Amino acid sequence: MLPSRFFRSLIAVWLILLAPTTWAATTLAAVASDFTKPMTEIAAEFEKVTGHTAKLSFGSSGKAFAQIQSGAPFEVYLSASEKYPLELEKSGFAVIDSHFVYAIGRLVLWSATPGYVDAQGEILKTGNFKHIALADPSHAPYGVVAEEVMKSLGVLDKLRPLFVMGENISQTFQFVSTGNAELGFVGLAQVIDVNNGKASAPAHAPYLRPVGKIGSGSGWIIPDNLHSPFRQMAVLLKTGAENPAALALVDFLKSPTALAIIEKYGFGLPQ
Amino acid sequence: MLSPADMATLWLTFKVAGIATLLMLLFGTPLAWWLARTHSAWKGVINAVVALPLVLPPTVLGFYLLVLMGPTGIIGKFTSWLGLGTLPFTFPGLIVASVLYSLPFVVQPLQASFSAIGEQPLEAAATLRASPWDTFFSVVVPLAKPGFLTASILGFTHTVGEFGVVLMVGGNIPDKTRVVSVQIYNHVEALEYTEAHWLAGVLLLFSFSVLLVLYTVLKTQPVAHPLK
Repeated sequence: MLPSRFFRSLIAVWLILLAPTTWAATTLAAVASDFTKPMTEIAAEFEKVTGHTAKLSFGSSGKAFAQIQSGAPFEVYLSASEKYPLELEKSGFAVIDSHFVYAIGRLVLWSATPGYVDAQGEILKTGNFKHIALADPSHAPYGVVAEEVMKSLGVLDKLRPLFVMGENISQTFQFVSTGNAELGFVGLAQVIDVNNGKASAPAHAPYLRPVGKIGSGSGWIIPDNLHSPFRQMAVLLKTGAENPAALALVDFLKSPTALAIIEKYGFGLPQ
Repeated sequence: MLSPADMATLWLTFKVAGIATLLMLLFGTPLAWWLARTHSAWKGVINAVVALPLVLPPTVLGFYLLVLMGPTGIIGKFTSWLGLGTLPFTFPGLIVASVLYSLPFVVQPLQASFSAIGEQPLEAAATLRASPWDTFFSVVVPLAKPGFLTASILGFTHTVGEFGVVLMVGGNIPDKTRVVSVQIYNHVEALEYTEAHWLAGVLLLFSFSVLLVLYTVLKTQPVAHPLK
């Protein structure tokens, strides 16, 4: 018996609905927690522009690194450091020579209290605070850079007894934003006011590209010359080498659309 | 092998767990006694509140403790008013968080063993003119001994194994709030797997021995029932 006209048209509609999903693929990316806000926005744009879907898993770079080496199904890895992606290429989990710098991290000495941190960071030398928060330097890239800054300023040994260490930069931000630590080193992306993103360069560092204003509390955007370059590197993992969505995401991260978002959140752009 | 820093975290962990267990027995015993005996309408509510840490993810509990005990939170304002400062990132703060987190592991076994005693031994003691305090220490405590043993060991081991709460409330400060679970996590994050394996091995051996003692001692030597 031939299917009725109703059924044939139903099948046609179903095929039409199915069509876009067959060439729109989905990829899963592991993303350093400091890049949460920009990446969420980039993924939304990515879906609009390419039709592919990017699912994001946020966490510490070190954790994602260990998970990838244990067979996690991530296809693209956006690390907060250079170390892990290069290591993954060496150990055969990432596609050789697929690594690239997607953003330059910027650090802020921030307090939830307005007027607490001065524009030159003098408070590090003179301040009378009980706790200073930073990400744990033993594994978190933001912590390593924070230590370098304090070393450059000659206050590391003096401040070390006041350290409270977050497991990652998001937790460090929670320590400061809840007021439990008077101040701390957080990522610029966490405290930037994106609606005011076109402010002028900070007075103490006119050589910097214009960066956004800090949204709440008070902060000192740390000049780049106080620490080693904070390059954040991404890599295409072998699990995603055949997935058009993974390849497209890697390309999209280098697109002007993505770069504009990255800059809006206070990251530096790769040279 | 274990470094001095690893040893320091082990010592700190046992100190936290020991003090927290004593405090939980101190507060948990009257609470469990009340819960076991009361017919109050509040019983269900209090039971649910005590059991909450079993359900809440530890980092969620830790986050709210951080907010509540911070300078803008209710508990933080209270402790500041008392002149104690705020609790996060301090050893006392870690104890408070551990007590809240592990309390159901102490209260529930105690409550169960108190309920199991029933009315008869208490009425018998009363007819012999024993005061309520005398009854409690001479009749209830010996009868509930397995409950106390289970409560102490579960409370202690659960505090040793806690991670999410201390990570949030403690701030990972060496010798002050960096306990063994956080140290293992740090080793793993820093890709120091050998050090992590050693420390995890010690912790595993310890936990297994304690639980083995709990289950073998309680099974092979049940506490004699004095009224039988």
